[in-house]
Amino acid sequence: MKIGVLNIQGAVSEHADMLRRCGAEVALIKRPEQLADLNGLIIPGGESTTIGKLVERFGLGPAIKDMAAAGKPIFGTCAGLILLSGKVAGSEQFLLGLMDVTVARNAFGRQRESFETDLDIPVLGAHPFRAVFIRAPLILGLGEGVEVLCRHNGRVVAARQGNLLATSFHPELTDDERMHRYFLAMAKEQ
Amino acid sequence: MQKGGVIMDVTTPEQAKIAEEAGAVAVMALERVPADIRAAGGVARMADPEVILRIMDAVTIPVMAKARIGHFVEAQILEALGVDYIDESEVLTPADEDFHIDKHRFTVPFVCGARNLGEALRRIGEGAAMIRTKGEPGTGNVVEAVRHIRTVNSEIRKLANTPDDELMTFAKNIAAPYELVREVKKLGRLPVVNFAAGGIATPADAALMMQLGCDGIFVGSGIFKSRDPKARAKAIVEATLHYNDPKVLADVSRGLGEAMPGLEIASIRREERMQERGW
Repeated sequence: MKIGVLNIQGAVSEHADMLRRCGAEVALIKRPEQLADLNGLIIPGGESTTIGKLVERFGLGPAIKDMAAAGKPIFGTCAGLILLSGKVAGSEQFLLGLMDVTVARNAFGRQRESFETDLDIPVLGAHPFRAVFIRAPLILGLGEGVEVLCRHNGRVVAARQGNLLATSFHPELTDDERMHRYFLAMAKEQ
Repeated sequence: MQKGGVIMDVTTPEQAKIAEEAGAVAVMALERVPADIRAAGGVARMADPEVILRIMDAVTIPVMAKARIGHFVEAQILEALGVDYIDESEVLTPADEDFHIDKHRFTVPFVCGARNLGEALRRIGEGAAMIRTKGEPGTGNVVEAVRHIRTVNSEIRKLANTPDDELMTFAKNIAAPYELVREVKKLGRLPVVNFAAGGIATPADAALMMQLGCDGIFVGSGIFKSRDPKARAKAIVEATLHYNDPKVLADVSRGLGEAMPGLEIASIRREERMQERGW
């Protein structure tokens, strides 16, 4: 099982470490041709404007879209959720537009409003999931095919649409491997 | 989450937008860039909150701001303004020659400069969430930043080969907290990110610092003191991403116009070097 981590900027090594702990082979991706032989891709958290601009400038967008169209799973965390989305409220930034969701950036506030909390994510089992939110986005609007995996105070912070998975929070910054194992199971099903 | 990105010094909302458009992961809001602070002389202080707030309004990426070394009230003010990171910076005139800010008392994260492992671990011990090389700010001369990252990394390699029963003496010799020395030995790196700062002026400088093992880049005067800030900002972002690919580096380095004028370190008297501020 070979999973790519988009290596533009952000929490790249944390995702790579977590995937290796879960038994996956990891490839760090900077160029479109590297996407060809992957079983799945993670788009990590970082600055969504920066990652989006560089994805666009170095021609990674079409290759990632092809991968999604081929049914391979893609997992976006924080900025990765923003890039997967179809629309960002009040912004014209570059997006992949793969998921039928509208997101709000920095929806909880600035850096000092970052926080950790326990979430109930039924697909991961009954045990609560410790989640880290850093200048995190929120999912405001959902298309028909989008399944809500988790809400925090009534607002959507994790969702799945077929082979696409997204979280507002950073599952790579704690020791809980369940979110990554869930994604690897999606990759195995393919 | 700035790792792998470029953070740019800006003095106006217009410059902040140029930085964001180029792909910066954050901006540092200042009244003057380090080269101008150096030229102006006198006491350099925290920027006017008005300048910082206007820059915060102009961009969606994180905004950092500088407080003087030891000036915990400037830091309190910056935290109240809602800046995303505080740089306790030697670019400003120190407010305390003996004590840095107790950064554990703040919610907002801090970045601090360091020339060697001991200095980095003292700042982390005080609560810094991010380290950067001090370099020599405002010079456009990368030599001091290179010295500082090489020093930190060579000390970490030495620590990795030091037996556990010698770690207390190692900690004593570099004047660093023992627990952090143990942690660095275990990790084989600093427990926080270490960015490059202080003299980066070209895409090649940025890639050099990345190849030497930095986690990202601060560019101070290097962008807005150059002939074509827009093109240079974009080129430095692209060079930081493809730092290991000389073909991309050659491509992005072409036709950028003149870089900022540089300063020979030997021409600056020791007592005027910003890197000597703090301990």
